[in-house]
Amino acid sequence: MTASEGTTRGRWIGLALLAPALVVVVVFFVAPLAMSAIVAFRRKDGVLTLEHFAKSFDLYTTDLLFTLAIVLLSTLLIGLVAIAIAGYLTLGENPRTVSILRWLYRWPLFIPFVVAGQVMRTFLAKNGMLNHVLIGSGLIEPLSAQSLLDWRGIVIAFVWKQAPFVTLLLAGAMASLESQHIEAARNLGARRLRVLIDIVLPQVRGTLLVGLVLSFVTMLSVLSVPLMINPNSPTMVTVDVAYRINTFADYAVANALCLLSLVLAAGGAWFYLQHAVGKVEKA
Amino acid sequence: MSARSLRAGLPSPLRTLLRAVVLALFAFAIFGPLLNLLLWAFAERWYFPNKLPLEFGLTFWYRVFQPRGNALASLGTSIWIALLTVVLSLAVAIPAGYALARLKLPWRGAILLLFLLPQAVPNLPVYVNIAQVFYQIGLNGTIFGVVLVHASHGLVLAVWIASAAFASVDASLEEASRNLGASPWTCFRTVTLPLAAPGLIASAIFVFLESLDEFTGTYFVGVPDVTTLPLLMFNASMGGNYQIASITALLLLIPSIGFMLVVERFLKADVLAMVGR
Repeated sequence: MTASEGTTRGRWIGLALLAPALVVVVVFFVAPLAMSAIVAFRRKDGVLTLEHFAKSFDLYTTDLLFTLAIVLLSTLLIGLVAIAIAGYLTLGENPRTVSILRWLYRWPLFIPFVVAGQVMRTFLAKNGMLNHVLIGSGLIEPLSAQSLLDWRGIVIAFVWKQAPFVTLLLAGAMASLESQHIEAARNLGARRLRVLIDIVLPQVRGTLLVGLVLSFVTMLSVLSVPLMINPNSPTMVTVDVAYRINTFADYAVANALCLLSLVLAAGGAWFYLQHAVGKVEKA
Repeated sequence: MSARSLRAGLPSPLRTLLRAVVLALFAFAIFGPLLNLLLWAFAERWYFPNKLPLEFGLTFWYRVFQPRGNALASLGTSIWIALLTVVLSLAVAIPAGYALARLKLPWRGAILLLFLLPQAVPNLPVYVNIAQVFYQIGLNGTIFGVVLVHASHGLVLAVWIASAAFASVDASLEEASRNLGASPWTCFRTVTLPLAAPGLIASAIFVFLESLDEFTGTYFVGVPDVTTLPLLMFNASMGGNYQIASITALLLLIPSIGFMLVVERFLKADVLAMVGR
């Protein structure tokens, strides 16, 4: 194989090996995505139109804002939780606490969203374990127990499921840092929180952003969690898309809504690029 | 150590207590929801305001596992779809991963980015439109249709991990076997493939799990005939049958948690370091 590297023949072999995978991705991912853009902008008679977007904004502006707010809040909380856990795993002084924490935080890592939805549906309900523990420990009165199955439930399910993923990435990045800088700062008397914020975090910013942007995009298109925890308006756009299709077979408005959530995702990507570029300039 | 404790302003026993409390709260946040699920799975009767089920039992387990029950059929469907998805994904990802790792390709970066797309773009528009097309050509509600959807998504991980696995194989070993007269195919089959096997197994497990857990794509493409375990769980839960939903959820948790416990054995640091290179 090495002999043919770089030659025209080698390139053709390479492309031939790649072709089947490329075909699958283009046919079953890129093409449907392009179709979404076409369907959303066309009337039944084929004329280009913005009426599906007008209808989307008419009916679902609240839900679009609701979706953005929920996903942004979840991303922010995921970031904070991941920084706290990964930070303690890196800078923690008590070896036993560090190893218990390392064992604990990963459990939801591969748990599917639909199971996380079911788990939280029972845990956060009025009769759920959370309320019983809060009542049992005297933190709230039995009468003031309330169901958390609204926007809070969605945020809790998202953070519970997605924070371990970002933590795993972040802890890996922190572990590969030069320990001399950290040691030096600690010896100069810096508090651990200062070391985390001033020395560790700036160096792992890229990894943190990648994890957060991936989580942001993933959460935007999760259907099961909002459907199971909070299916009534205001709810997330994914629920509206399913509703347009299952109830009205209205693919035009469904695709317009999909494109609008793509715009939100693009916003996330734009934010990432801004900050990734900012990092290069600094360096 | 003592100097640091003084700086923090808290005596040592108090810090230990604080640490234990925080750790316990964190453990509750992680395991509380799972424990709640476990209680529901074994609850015969449970309603407000009882803290615990009134009666524990296995009635619902019998119902889930009865020979001709929906759950066993769904489990079978799920596993069958996941296996087919693994075969399809790896069949196209292994050659692609090898080419990306070993051969000089034009637009290599662009190709890697293209394979990242299904992870980086919300999938809902894709599923919605695939469902519409599949409906017209009769693939909706078929196992094959669902496998195609799962594979196009699983492929991403498979290509990236396979490429990293091949890149982590020492190229001089391949050269040695070629110098000793092995054909490119023999060299690939007897040297490269076995050395890359742990990484490839990891990617197979990822693809399997992703297919097993997939909900949204199956929800749109699989209706009305293909009911996988996640769909069964969803339907049970929406129908208010929390016991069946919890038992199904437990079944889905077993592979997820099992993989979480062993992931590092398959995905070694040297392969992880090559991801995306």
